[in-house]
Amino acid sequence: MSLREAFAAGRFAVTAEIGPPRGADPDAITRKAELLRGWVDAANVTDNQGAHVRMSSFAGSLLAMRAGVEPVMQLTCRDRNRIALQSDLLSAGALGIPNVLLLSGDHPRFGDHPDAAPVFDLDSTQLVWTARTLRDQGFLVSGREVGTRPGWLVGAVENPFAPPRSFRARRLAKKVAAGAEFCQTQYVFDVEVFASWMARLRDLGVTERCKVLAGVGPIRSLRVMEFLRTGVPGIHVPDEVERRLRGVPGDRVADEGVTMCVETIQRVAAIPGVAGVHVMAFGYERGVPEILERAGVGRRPALSSSRSEGLGHAG
Amino acid sequence: MATDDVEPGMAAHDAWPRPFRPRLGARLGYVLHAGLAANQVYARLAAWLERRPRAYRAFTAAERVTKQELFGCRMCGQCALPATGYTCPMTCPKQLRNGPCGGVSPTGTCEVHPELTCVWVVAVERAEAAGHGADLDLLQRPVDQRLRDQSSWVNYWQGRDEDLWTAAGDERPLLRRDLGLAPTGVTR
Ligand code: SF4
Repeated sequence: MSLREAFAAGRFAVTAEIGPPRGADPDAITRKAELLRGWVDAANVTDNQGAHVRMSSFAGSLLAMRAGVEPVMQLTCRDRNRIALQSDLLSAGALGIPNVLLLSGDHPRFGDHPDAAPVFDLDSTQLVWTARTLRDQGFLVSGREVGTRPGWLVGAVENPFAPPRSFRARRLAKKVAAGAEFCQTQYVFDVEVFASWMARLRDLGVTERCKVLAGVGPIRSLRVMEFLRTGVPGIHVPDEVERRLRGVPGDRVADEGVTMCVETIQRVAAIPGVAGVHVMAFGYERGVPEILERAGVGRRPALSSSRSEGLGHAG
Repeated sequence: MATDDVEPGMAAHDAWPRPFRPRLGARLGYVLHAGLAANQVYARLAAWLERRPRAYRAFTAAERVTKQELFGCRMCGQCALPATGYTCPMTCPKQLRNGPCGGVSPTGTCEVHPELTCVWVVAVERAEAAGHGADLDLLQRPVDQRLRDQSSWVNYWQGRDEDLWTAAGDERPLLRRDLGLAPTGVTR
């Protein structure tokens, strides 16, 4: 079963994340994919995340497909102009990558090449619009017609917690108007704020046109919590989370973090309009099945074999 | 000039955009815009300027100085100010024209320049306070990179800005070119 089918069937969808390696080892992807296979509908393959050079999300997506995990190919506006972005979108279509996730991207200033040129020729909304135009109207941004049109699902991201909060639901509404069919959010640690953002989305009619997956993840150490607080842009860790994690003995922090993640999944699943969760496990991929199981989110129906075979050719 | 708020040792970053808090109130922006609104006289002036490279250069330099001082303008040549509460989106380090990225800090500061307020936080405040909040829902089309360093006023008076943005939900195409509005550019 694919992400598209899960959405169509109205089944609670699960996505996770695979970060490609800094190196040319294909097994680094395969190993992570094997931990997730059967438990997720699809896995994002990140695009040089944090502006650090990695194997491309395109190659990583193909490797994930070969390993039996449906990829969501991330594509950022940071490193490519509209020519390269559209070329990659066509390539993803040609090789049967079923989902793309289009985002602005972290600025190079905080990556491993702060001396690199930031591109940002399109913004994320314009990239979503470009993808939709390419697929549904069969045109490039230049107005030239394309031959065979790609068939991927178009995804976007949103951060319900970052200022200007009053604008965050409207910003997703813009991306949905531009063509986004699903959205993954930043980590939800503050369910209340997330719920009010969802309410706003329902008012705007966004949830009828776009599947919203709540971002979740286990904070398994105080060090990770500090890092999330200070080292990653746009993440909101409320004091209550900190109190809970500091309130348990040092050797129980990891368990407590996992338990909190399980509870968050259950709480967001109860919010009307939430179509699933996006689990970002910070390198704890092996724990994803346990988290999902404890949250009462079962195993996924397997990918149909015809699909995996088809992908074998592509690889 | 836009450089006077650069802290020592930071000058290198000025080559890239930095969030700029406008020095002109949004309301005044809308009033002044009415005075600059495209009309026959301005269209003729714009056409005249485009035929005279030296006059065009002088005019563009004046626009640059004024708008840099007031808005941190980076001379993209296709001005978004009327739709952003008179807050220049090209001063966003990612040059986002459709709203803020997800990296804004809880206190509203820019991900790339944590000492400065995100331009979109300022834009939303200004547009809403001036009763123009709905402008922010408009879909802004991709920037035509050929227009950099041109006079946005001349381009506007020449009618080239007419399709810079579109209302969400109205299914007009992404392309400006479809409408015959492909900017011809000015040779200098
Ligand atoms: S012309 Fe472009 S760079 Fe200058 S103020 Fe307007 S939007 Fe900003």
